[in-house]
Amino acid sequence: MKTSHRLSAAALAVVTSAVLTSCGTSGDPGAGSQAAPADGPVTLSFMIGSDQSIQDTAKALIAAFTKANPTIKITTEVSPGGSEGDNLVKTRLATGEMTDVFWYNSGSLLQALNPAQTMVDLTGDPVLAQVQPDYLPVVTQGGKVYGVPAAAAAGGGILYNRKVYERLGLQVPKTWAEFMANNEKIKAAGITPVVTTFKDTWTSQLLVLADYYNIHAAHPSFAADFTAGKAKFATTPAATAGFQHLADIHAKDFVNKGFGSATVDQGLGLLAEGKGAHYPMLTAILPPVLATRPNAATDVGFFGVPGDDAAKHGATVWEPPAIYIARTTEHLDAAKKFLAFVASPAAADAVNAAVQPTGPFRVKGAKLPGNALQVAKDLQVYIDNQATAPALEFLSPVKGPSLEQITVAVGTGLTPPAEGAAQYDKDVEKQAKQLGLPGW
Amino acid sequence: MKPAAEPAHARTASGRRRSAYPYALYLPAAVVYLVIFLVPTVMAFYFALTRWTLFDSSFVGLDNFKDFLAEQNLRVGFWNTVFYAVSTSGLKVILGLLLGVLLTSRLRSRGFLRSAVFFPVLVSTVAVGITFSMLLKPDTGLVNQVLGPYGRDWLGDASTALLSVALVDVWKGVGLATVIYIAGIASIPEEYYQAVAVDGGSAWHRFRHVTLPLSWPATYSVIILSFIGGLRSFDLIWTMTRGGPGFTSDTIASIIYKQYQAGFFGLSTAGNVLLFLLVTAIIVPLTYVLGKRQVEL
Repeated sequence: MKTSHRLSAAALAVVTSAVLTSCGTSGDPGAGSQAAPADGPVTLSFMIGSDQSIQDTAKALIAAFTKANPTIKITTEVSPGGSEGDNLVKTRLATGEMTDVFWYNSGSLLQALNPAQTMVDLTGDPVLAQVQPDYLPVVTQGGKVYGVPAAAAAGGGILYNRKVYERLGLQVPKTWAEFMANNEKIKAAGITPVVTTFKDTWTSQLLVLADYYNIHAAHPSFAADFTAGKAKFATTPAATAGFQHLADIHAKDFVNKGFGSATVDQGLGLLAEGKGAHYPMLTAILPPVLATRPNAATDVGFFGVPGDDAAKHGATVWEPPAIYIARTTEHLDAAKKFLAFVASPAAADAVNAAVQPTGPFRVKGAKLPGNALQVAKDLQVYIDNQATAPALEFLSPVKGPSLEQITVAVGTGLTPPAEGAAQYDKDVEKQAKQLGLPGW
Repeated sequence: MKPAAEPAHARTASGRRRSAYPYALYLPAAVVYLVIFLVPTVMAFYFALTRWTLFDSSFVGLDNFKDFLAEQNLRVGFWNTVFYAVSTSGLKVILGLLLGVLLTSRLRSRGFLRSAVFFPVLVSTVAVGITFSMLLKPDTGLVNQVLGPYGRDWLGDASTALLSVALVDVWKGVGLATVIYIAGIASIPEEYYQAVAVDGGSAWHRFRHVTLPLSWPATYSVIILSFIGGLRSFDLIWTMTRGGPGFTSDTIASIIYKQYQAGFFGLSTAGNVLLFLLVTAIIVPLTYVLGKRQVEL
């Protein structure tokens, strides 16, 4: 009997220490530093994201760059998307094992990487000569600039099937009420009004995040107040609206069947085939679909999330991700050369040939191709009318990590919208405290 | 029972005797244990008290514990964890016992059936999770095609998500329980069954009064193993639902993982320390009660 006790106590000790350690990272220590020869060919390692459009863009950039610089070779390494990728990048930077250059988000996610310690400061460097000055704030921390724009900007709002609109004789809505009226008609015609894909939880956030233009129109100082902990989602009616919209769509049953298990790919399929009319999404997600459904280039259009006031209709813009140089690189010159190329019109041309841009470039002199996607043209109209605002995550380092679960719960009818907004405020507070921001 | 008495006896006799091996022989194992288990454990207790970004850490006292306990979905996660542990270990005991009885009988294809039942244990949990996610898809999945009009969005619906994952866990884990039961039942001396036969007992009597009570040690192992497994359940839940939809299938382990994912390393370590305490608080009394029962036999 004593033995059985001791045995199970030992088993318990083993098991529980396994629990404690199981949350460690499993990042492989490969791709370390290789000795740099004084002259001759240099190999740069380059970490990129797993999205198809990122991979295609990176491939096009590398091909064009190495053609012009045959002594430099670039090898890529793919990191997983979402927060798993965030952790990998963070861990590799913290342990000094990052690739020479890497592709990563701009805006709030950059702040968590502690760039001052982990990245090469590019402030005033000729690398930045051709970057549009408006872009720099989203790759800046503590007054120092760290990255160059890696792709074109994207619009966040509603992707819609223009064929469906044409067939049903609908107008692009300028207010939420008009949008819901359109949905009624679409549903009556036997088409899914709002494609919803909650298996890929991040897609559930769009109606909240892309609503930022409307918040900004109502409260121009929201971003600053939000960062300081003074403005809250739950107590700002314009900010709660995004959660309300999610709940309204579910309550009216405007969603597709099996929305809880649907993925982005399925959602884009429904939209491109005209089985779904609207999809709250980023324009940047569209290009990979074009290979199998070329009609999406002209059939799918874009409009900003409609608010309450038709006169103040606009769209929210996602700034492009950036390419950064890790401080541990041993090939700084080659890395800078690559970044300078990325931030040039020549790079934009190379990317245009491989991946259709879905929004404007952030490089001086870089142009959209003549046969640009419909979504890019639609977004350009908002930009020309100066009716755009960057998403909140580009204006504030604060972004709660649980937003996607909260928006799924609200959009599935599990949580009332007001409660969802309050939950998000608490989530944000936790993040701000963990970041050690002043005022929280 | 005899075996239980022996070690206690052996202990008093060998207590003052020299250790069986020179201490140098213990050293390699001790170093491994120290470096891989003890040091991280002690460090975890320290980092649980800090705000830790991987780049640097600052001491914040018990703030992380306060924040973790204030976590909005901890209550849901706690009850989900308990539900998951109780339902999976309960089903594993019942199904494992029945399968164990079946597979110790004189079936012709016994060997093959034993391997077939054990097979899912050998498959990686993540692979099982991905496979079942495909099988449970609402429109294209095999399960719904078989069920026809009774099909539903198993993993996307808050009312069925956790239960679906728990059933997959049982499917995967029942093989191990069965093997433990087979060993337990096989070790029951034939004489007991002969005695029942002499007394004119039926098959039910053999099961109720011989197999069931004498396979108690097996039951005990199955309960402890699967209950601990259930309390820390993470991989299957994460691959199949990621705690969703919303927070409805979150367990304590998935809540901890999400803190870690968000980069709140100190906070997630504090959660792990709490999970450690919780598992201890549940398993130690359980071991005591079940162990007592074993002696009474």
